[in-house]
Amino acid sequence: MAAINLNVNGKTVSVDVDPATPLLWVLRDHLNLVGTKFGCGIAQCGACTVHLNGSAVRSCSLPVSSVKNNAIVTIEGLSETGDHPLQQAWEELDVSQCGYCQAGQIMSAAALLKRNPKPTDQDIDNAMSGNICRCGTHVRIRKAIHSAAKTQSKN
Amino acid sequence: MATTHSRRNFLKVSALSGGGMLISFSLFNLPAEAKALDDMIFTPNAYIKITADGTIVLFAPNPEIGQGVKTSLPMIIAEELGVDWKKIKVELAALDKRMGRQTAGGSGSVRGRFTELRTVGATAREMLTTAAAQQWNVPVTECTVENGEVIHKASGKKLSYATLASAAAKLEVPEKPTLKDPKDFKLIGTRVKDVDAHHIVTGKPLFGIDTRKEGMLFAMVSRAPAYGKTLGEVNDAAALKIEGVKKVVKIKNAVAVLATSTWAAKKGRDALVIQWNANEKLENSAEHFEMFKKALEKPAPTEPTRNDGDVEAAKNGAAKVLDVTYEIPTLSHGQMEPLNFFANVKDGKVELFGPTQVPGAVRAEISKLLGIAEENISISSPRQGGGFGRKLMTDNGVEAALISAEAQCPVQVQWTREDDMQNDFYRPAEMWRYRAALSSDQLLSWHQSGIGIGRGVRGDSYVAGALTNYRAEGQGFTSNTPTGWWRAPGANTLAYVAESFMDEVCTALKKDPVAFRLELFKKAKEQTVGKINYDPEKYKSVVELVAKMSKWGTKTPGVFRGFSTWFSFGSYVAQVVDVHMLDGQPKVKKVYCAVNCGRVINLSGAENQVQGSIVDGISHAMFPKVTFVNGAVAETNFNTYKFLRMKDAPTEIDVQFVESDEAPSGLGEPALPPLAAALANAIFAATGKRLRKMPFAEQLA
Ligand code: FES
Ligand code: FES
Repeated sequence: MAAINLNVNGKTVSVDVDPATPLLWVLRDHLNLVGTKFGCGIAQCGACTVHLNGSAVRSCSLPVSSVKNNAIVTIEGLSETGDHPLQQAWEELDVSQCGYCQAGQIMSAAALLKRNPKPTDQDIDNAMSGNICRCGTHVRIRKAIHSAAKTQSKN
Repeated sequence: MATTHSRRNFLKVSALSGGGMLISFSLFNLPAEAKALDDMIFTPNAYIKITADGTIVLFAPNPEIGQGVKTSLPMIIAEELGVDWKKIKVELAALDKRMGRQTAGGSGSVRGRFTELRTVGATAREMLTTAAAQQWNVPVTECTVENGEVIHKASGKKLSYATLASAAAKLEVPEKPTLKDPKDFKLIGTRVKDVDAHHIVTGKPLFGIDTRKEGMLFAMVSRAPAYGKTLGEVNDAAALKIEGVKKVVKIKNAVAVLATSTWAAKKGRDALVIQWNANEKLENSAEHFEMFKKALEKPAPTEPTRNDGDVEAAKNGAAKVLDVTYEIPTLSHGQMEPLNFFANVKDGKVELFGPTQVPGAVRAEISKLLGIAEENISISSPRQGGGFGRKLMTDNGVEAALISAEAQCPVQVQWTREDDMQNDFYRPAEMWRYRAALSSDQLLSWHQSGIGIGRGVRGDSYVAGALTNYRAEGQGFTSNTPTGWWRAPGANTLAYVAESFMDEVCTALKKDPVAFRLELFKKAKEQTVGKINYDPEKYKSVVELVAKMSKWGTKTPGVFRGFSTWFSFGSYVAQVVDVHMLDGQPKVKKVYCAVNCGRVINLSGAENQVQGSIVDGISHAMFPKVTFVNGAVAETNFNTYKFLRMKDAPTEIDVQFVESDEAPSGLGEPALPPLAAALANAIFAATGKRLRKMPFAEQLA
């Protein structure tokens, strides 16, 4: 065990954990941020996607010791009141079925929009193909990303 | 709590202690009978809670696994009740003996409960209206309801349901409440967002995996690494040394490690040294298919499920005989949320919480195994990260209860993806042989013969009834690899082989696939051979609609089309798949889908189900397969057990529903079965390659 300081959703927190613990389980079990989901544990499904300094990373495959003081943002910290344009578009277009993959999908999409405010279908294919949605909401996810991009460009 | 019972015990209305009313509805409100009803199909129930503070809670009685019933079932109640949808709260109901079939399976939630839930809403509405009329001293007939208020137009008086709730609870329950004229439906048939939409996109704890309870330990379980192996000696010394690990317990054929965190439990589990003994044959998929092939070369040893005319005699004088074999792999469910379950067995009582499609069966089994009466076992389910049939099995819940009983503490058992892959109840591998005799322009006979792991294949298709000579036969194959239900069981494989073969027949006869199906439906209707279990007119309705939607018969350069249609769970679906070639590989561009499923409750949810089924249809046809190697599953995670990715998904899926006033039929599954054949047929059009083996991607590589 080791005391590790983390910067999560704008706050500094301290946890006492095995340094090899994947960030995912630190978030879920030690910080009670359970919005980040477990799907595969080997960086194949994207359910555990969070932002590390603004980029999408798979928290299941990131040992907590390697995070250092890089800023982590989880779905809980993506916006104050759940009104990020992507969150709004997701609700508006009723994207979810079971909903389990969607936090990861939104985090991947948010990182995409940050570096590419007007993604093409091809850009979406590239950025979102690391996230599995077993329920098959892909068509709506694509629409929601385009729609959020539009909202963002208006603001 | 004062309760009023109607004479027939149809309905129970209770005055809540804080003021308000609780309505539960049951055809058989007697506890003794209700016990036996848990597993009965079509036993209705639901409830409404109206409290004096104005809160209206509608309880969704069936498990929510992504099929949308937490939204669509309460919509039915709300429609009749006359409340403002935006102001009500929805909760998933716990397992309740008065609530009938609380199962998610067979696309049965909405179709089983439509009329009953309308009656529930209408009953409450009538009682509230009566309460208001009495208070105002006006005839009930002069009162109407809107947005949770009773209104007396003439006097301009209004009272909210909340105000009326206590008075209403004291009234006699109407025996036959008047249901709304469907023409006046305001909510049913509209687009309503999932009730949990906001919680989902903000990452609120909604799922079983998010369960955190006082004193609970996390558990990971070491289960047999291969089918046919059993638990031998266990050395847990190293596991117990891991920081955070608290206990190691043995149950049945498994060992559980309990710890203060998921990661510690996993490390502990990985540190166990276990001797697994092979006491049975360790099976291989390759051998399964070899056995299938041999079996299909001989006449089927079983009685045919259907045998019209004489398929052998029909070959005499045929211009052409087709004889082909299709091969379908074993599949795992791969629902996104790996299995988990919370259990707390304490002082002769059990608390259970976790993902299951069959809470009643989980409770019954635990009751038997632990010798604890069912009334001392409470069980409820959170929203679930997918089902696909996996949780029609009770193993995850039962295992958690056994661990808690053994370890004597509350426990949250967490599975890894590898655990899910190796410990599933798989969609069984199958092989099908199809034979047809053709004249120069007619299909003379159809002979399908299938074999599959487990109880084997069965069922027939719509060609039966339209042909003089038709034979269907199926057989099972005994194996120690477990089988179960996988979305649209039976239909998902049969539709693929039957509708692909139908396309082969059309190609051989040089017939248009749509026109040829319509010809068959006409024959099935006008000159029916034997009995049919489908309605040729409804088949026709979807085939014609999808032909219109897709402008069937027109050609777009670079686009290749496939067609297929199937009937399952009471609903009819026809699909056109458009593919184009991208870097030498076929890619689905667009899918058109026509559905006849009776009345649609939630248009947004219904479309989402159909779109999802189509994506699932493409995904399972193209990518995944489970291979048993010496009893172990070779594909251990999503790197080798593959699903469709965004880049493989169609950019557009056009869905239309045939207008219908009939009661709703199934929708969570019926759009999946036809897809694989429509896709295979489109790929044939694009490449000339007939895909008789799944997964397609391997065949195309
Ligand atoms: S859980 Fe991290 S990518 Fe699947
Ligand atoms: S909504 Fe169920 S996995 Fe994506």
